[in-house]
Amino acid sequence: MKRSPNKDVLFGLYNDETEILSAVHKAKADHLDIYDVFTPFPVHGMEDAMELSESRLHMAGFVYGLIGLLTAFLGMTWIFTSDWPIIFGGKPYWSVPAFIPITFELTVLFAAIGMVVTFYTICGMGPGVINPTLHDRITDDKFCLAFDVTNASDADKSKFQSFLEKTGAEEITQKQI
Amino acid sequence: MSGHISPIREPLITGAKTYHQITEDICGPTERMPSRAWMITFVLAVLGLAFYIFCVTWTIWVGIGSWNLNRTIGWGWDITNFVWWVGIGHAGTLISAILLLFRQKWRTGVNRAAEAMTIFAVICAGQFPLIHMGRLWLGFFIFPYPNTRGPLWVNFNSPLLWDVFAISTYFTVSLLFWYTGLVPDFATVRDRASGIRRKVYDFLAFGWTGSAKHWQRWESLSLILAGLSTPLVLSVHTIVSFDFATSVIPGWHTTIFPPYFVAGAIFSGFAMVQTLMIITRKVLHLEDYITLEHIDSMNKVILATGTIVGVAYLTELFISWYSGYIYEQFAFYNRLMGPYWWSYVGMMSCNVLSPQIFWSKKLRQNIVVTFAMSIFVNIGMWFERFVIIASTLARDYLPSAWSYYSATWVEIGLFIGTLGLFSTCYLIFTRVAPVVAVAEIKSILKNAGDQYVGMKNAHKEHAHAEVEAKSGHDHH
Repeated sequence: MKRSPNKDVLFGLYNDETEILSAVHKAKADHLDIYDVFTPFPVHGMEDAMELSESRLHMAGFVYGLIGLLTAFLGMTWIFTSDWPIIFGGKPYWSVPAFIPITFELTVLFAAIGMVVTFYTICGMGPGVINPTLHDRITDDKFCLAFDVTNASDADKSKFQSFLEKTGAEEITQKQI
Repeated sequence: MSGHISPIREPLITGAKTYHQITEDICGPTERMPSRAWMITFVLAVLGLAFYIFCVTWTIWVGIGSWNLNRTIGWGWDITNFVWWVGIGHAGTLISAILLLFRQKWRTGVNRAAEAMTIFAVICAGQFPLIHMGRLWLGFFIFPYPNTRGPLWVNFNSPLLWDVFAISTYFTVSLLFWYTGLVPDFATVRDRASGIRRKVYDFLAFGWTGSAKHWQRWESLSLILAGLSTPLVLSVHTIVSFDFATSVIPGWHTTIFPPYFVAGAIFSGFAMVQTLMIITRKVLHLEDYITLEHIDSMNKVILATGTIVGVAYLTELFISWYSGYIYEQFAFYNRLMGPYWWSYVGMMSCNVLSPQIFWSKKLRQNIVVTFAMSIFVNIGMWFERFVIIASTLARDYLPSAWSYYSATWVEIGLFIGTLGLFSTCYLIFTRVAPVVAVAEIKSILKNAGDQYVGMKNAHKEHAHAEVEAKSGHDHH
């Protein structure tokens, strides 16, 4: 599943996370519009530098967990009080303490599966998905700062180019993705 | 950048690695032809797996009668093996979840392999209840699903059913957690590969790009999965212990079981991690990533949990005497002095006495001693489960029903067979996936690499600070 290229991207590769971090800070100060930053590992301080809003994945997780909790608890309640009531060991039909382990397990199960599926969906990832990558060393030891130059004027392009040069990017390339 | 790191902290990555060198070191083994040692071990493992399949087939063909279980002793090697494997499966998630929440940086060196071990151990554990059912093909009856028999539901009040939910949830969540951690590393392998390998890793990497937003979500997801897995890992062995503790059998019906089982599980899990890590780091040359410092830390966990288990054993003995209840007193007298006294001795010496050598730092950092100890602990924890199960059942309320039990070749074969199953899975894992979490190791390099921290850098930093202080003085 490869989509056809529709974007022109100008990117530079940095050798260290401190270099790219200060470059991102500078780009924000200069009001340059960053397309994206690609790094081999999560760089501390990058979310603040990029001014990314906080991930709401944990809220989704809470909702999935709640669904799991209700499914388990209400499901067992319905089965043991109305669908097929059976007395086990002289305990009441609705023996809540005995429902706790399964309720807990399904809460965790639903939250985990739901969050993982949500994560891959919103990131546009999944089995068999091939997303365009800018450079093969981004997952190795290079830190990439990219600008979208699809409809950019020549003046803008040279502005990006000189910004990358000034901030210490080593390899500067334009690529269609 | 990430807080002040004490210069005297021991480095967790040695050899003054660069980011690229880390990639080379860890992805390298998946790109080379396997070594002769790997091939020989793999052939042995597959033979074990084949023997396992043979024993399962035999059990189903002939029936459970091919085992030596009898009317008195209804659980034997099968449930012993089940609890043993589940216990081993606890270290991985403990390392990756609880140690993540506690910000223990040494976890990054071992979490990947330990999680893989967890998943394979749970697979092995899950085999035994299924085989024990006898009619394997009706295994799906354990799940509540709308059926044409009423619908007739499962018993939600039964700890055996809680176990089904606990183990399957644990397996699923561990697998998701592990794979999500693997995706960026598969992308690293993908970007180094070409041809058919590239296609395979393209699929496995799920289209990972390393975008800042994706990393942010990935970290958020890892943290929440860790938060969810922490109570989960504690719940699993708690529920396994309920299989015994909620019964009315003297020796099983005790409230100490949940914490005692969880401590034992962590104990045996870490022992298995040590066994595997010591071999893996040697064979794949990962001594720079799985250092003596890591082995030392894990030995401390083994010492702590082994001692907790020891306290639990002694508490059990004391409470049985103090209860004044003769059946309870007899159950424990029987464990020490009954027909299975040798397994009690094995358990006590392997689990409680031998780990005490780890009070010595020198022994904690000795590879040979650690490896031998890890095997001892594995054996000891197997004995513990055998003591709980077989010795308790052999002497029940009616002396006329007292019996003795020893395994047949089929039961022993099933156990050895699961070792084959486990080793096969683990050996394949070391060939296709980076055995150490590449991205996570890179993210701790600057505050755990030996060119940045450690005693020899402490002097440097000290000198540096003095120079700075002097030059600051000069300016005034």
